Amino acid sequence: MSKHTLSVLVENKPGVLARIAALFSRRGFNIDSLAVGPTEHPAVSRMTVVVDVEDSPLEQVTKQLNKLVNVLKIVELDPGQSVQRELVLVKVRTDNETRPHVLQTVELFRAKVVDVAADAVTIEATGSSDKLSALLKVLEPYGIRELVQSGVVAVGRGSRSITDRALRPVDRVA
Amino acid sequence: MPQGQPTRDNGTTMTGAASLIRSLEAAGVDTVFGIPGGAILPAYDPMFDSQQIRHILVRHEQGAGHAAEGYALATGKPGVCMATSGPGATNLVTPIADAHMDSVPMVAVTGQVATAAIGTDAFQEADIRGITMPITKHNYLVTDPAEIPRTIAEAFHIATTGRPGPVLVDVAKDAMQAMTTFRWPVELDLPGYRPVTRPHAKQVREAARLMAAAKRPVLYVGGGVLRARAWKELSELARLTGFPVVTTLTARGAFPDSHRQHLGMPGMHGGVAAVTSLQKADLLIALGARFDDRVTGKLSSFAPNAAVIHADIDPAEISKNRVADVPIVGDCKEVINELIPAIEAEFAAGNQTDLTGWWRQLDQWRDNYPLGYTPADNGELMPQYVIERLGRLVGSDAIYVAGVGQHQMWASQYISYENPNTWLNSGGAGTMGYAVPAAMGAKAGRPDTTVWAIDGDGCFQMTNQELATCAIEGIPIKVAVINNESLGMVRQWQTLFYDGRYSNTDLGSRRIPDFAKLAEAYGCVGLRCDTAEDVDATIEKAMAVDDRPVVVDFGVHRDAMVWPMVAAGTSNDEIQIARGMAPEWDRSDD
Repeated sequence: MSKHTLSVLVENKPGVLARIAALFSRRGFNIDSLAVGPTEHPAVSRMTVVVDVEDSPLEQVTKQLNKLVNVLKIVELDPGQSVQRELVLVKVRTDNETRPHVLQTVELFRAKVVDVAADAVTIEATGSSDKLSALLKVLEPYGIRELVQSGVVAVGRGSRSITDRALRPVDRVA
Repeated sequence: MPQGQPTRDNGTTMTGAASLIRSLEAAGVDTVFGIPGGAILPAYDPMFDSQQIRHILVRHEQGAGHAAEGYALATGKPGVCMATSGPGATNLVTPIADAHMDSVPMVAVTGQVATAAIGTDAFQEADIRGITMPITKHNYLVTDPAEIPRTIAEAFHIATTGRPGPVLVDVAKDAMQAMTTFRWPVELDLPGYRPVTRPHAKQVREAARLMAAAKRPVLYVGGGVLRARAWKELSELARLTGFPVVTTLTARGAFPDSHRQHLGMPGMHGGVAAVTSLQKADLLIALGARFDDRVTGKLSSFAPNAAVIHADIDPAEISKNRVADVPIVGDCKEVINELIPAIEAEFAAGNQTDLTGWWRQLDQWRDNYPLGYTPADNGELMPQYVIERLGRLVGSDAIYVAGVGQHQMWASQYISYENPNTWLNSGGAGTMGYAVPAAMGAKAGRPDTTVWAIDGDGCFQMTNQELATCAIEGIPIKVAVINNESLGMVRQWQTLFYDGRYSNTDLGSRRIPDFAKLAEAYGCVGLRCDTAEDVDATIEKAMAVDDRPVVVDFGVHRDAMVWPMVAAGTSNDEIQIARGMAPEWDRSDD
């Protein structure tokens, strides 16, 4: 198995997320990570889906996704040719003794402290999956009280955009 | 910009319900199968006045759905069914799933509770859009009356183009009651829907090159050829190449059974020649077929020496089960139309293989292993005989509609299909109870054609309430119940794989109910036949009735089995021609 990152442009209509999630489950694929949000075009949303599959089932799931009427375009992003980021918010137990160590770790990972309490700090960090898991590994001994992590969002490197062509209007009339 | 003539009431103010009915009319609908109920009631009021739409009031929504399927397959136009919210809509689920599996163009319109009540578990509320997401090509929930015409136009466009399929439109009751402005024609807003119909020229040339060089080619024809209405093109391709043809269960009739190049049906209950031709082929040309498990048997041992050319309008079918060497995405009609000149060019360049040896081999299989059955020891009526006689006496212009099970397989084997769209059945979904309502839909769409439902006694008891609809609406279908008083195919598997332990397959339907009396009660003619001598006369008698539906209860031998058979999960090489009897391959020279 290997991880693949798919950028899926969809019409911003009700039920689209359900259609896509249901398709993955019905065809027997596990979604590793999913992120949905708006794009530069108000009628279009962009999903970033990370799946853990071999190449040939990936082709099948891509084709099945393409059959959904609300799906405009699917692009697989090569990790080497794209920037992939996720966000983590983590609440770490601290006391007067451990706080400097935790803050030092935050510094090292270029993360940010976004909230401080007497016995905990909340840290915000963005980065690749690898960087974030390294950060969490270092923080773990202090005691992680709460952790929330976003799905991966990704964009291709260079000046090309995947949204241009997908948004070209199609004239059709009944 | 919208093209075409604006309708006469374009721009008129009316209720959403009237706009819905006007949209259906503008989309060309002449027949709707359905049942009214609370949430869909507003639509039934303007439909009452429609001069164009004939609404056929069925007795169960499942009947409406299968009738829409039968109508669609018999006429080539999309079938339309209508139901109310909640249970009305959920009763449509089976036929919608059936239409999805067999790529039948269908539009289902359902009423939904009022927008404000959606999500509150209101009376007769069901999330039918959510429920049908995986079994429709697309579906809609409409809460704004202004959206009704465009949604209906899109539904018909999606249902009938590309790979056909069912589309459901769920309309909230308040959207039907509110006032709106009717607009037609409308602009479709489907930026993500662009089916490819035109094949890639390079792939077509590559296919032609392989076809010209093949020594043991087979045209593996699926239901897509019928959906693309490409039977003339297929006939021309067969003539040009001289290749053998096999037609799958959903493609029966796409190529005449009487044609010398037709080897018959492949698959679990296919003929020896058809099944074996695929196994021994060096090239399969799959046209609108999907390498279904009932055709391939154990996939890893299917057609082990064959290169595969796979043409289908749905890119997701290509290389889904079997990797294609030459994938061709396109409409079968256009694909074959482009293949023909490409093959002619190959032939003109002197690239053509002599198929005499291949045909000698195929003919040998065909001659040595024809279809056949052994009469019952006790002299009971054989189901195969009934179906064979029915096909002979009724002829190849009639439409035959089967349920699911043994009778379906015998009907696919023992009737000679010479014309496209004369064989309707539930192939992919295997929906018992399909026959009576689908026959009703076919007859409603083609009233001048004789329509015979060939049903099992199990299937018949699932949907025979539609006989009332047929009798009252003047839809004189004919039904042959092949009554072996059991769930015959399940019983066959119990005989073969469960030591003859007949757990819950005995229906007792030679005693209860009395099908002839039941038919009479429904206003039909009820006939009964239990002996071979009476078969012809009974069929003639049924054929003589044309003012009412007819039901013939054929009491048949219950131990008759469907052969040949490739047991589920085994290789096609292990085909058996009767219990424990495999073909003797040493007689052939492969």
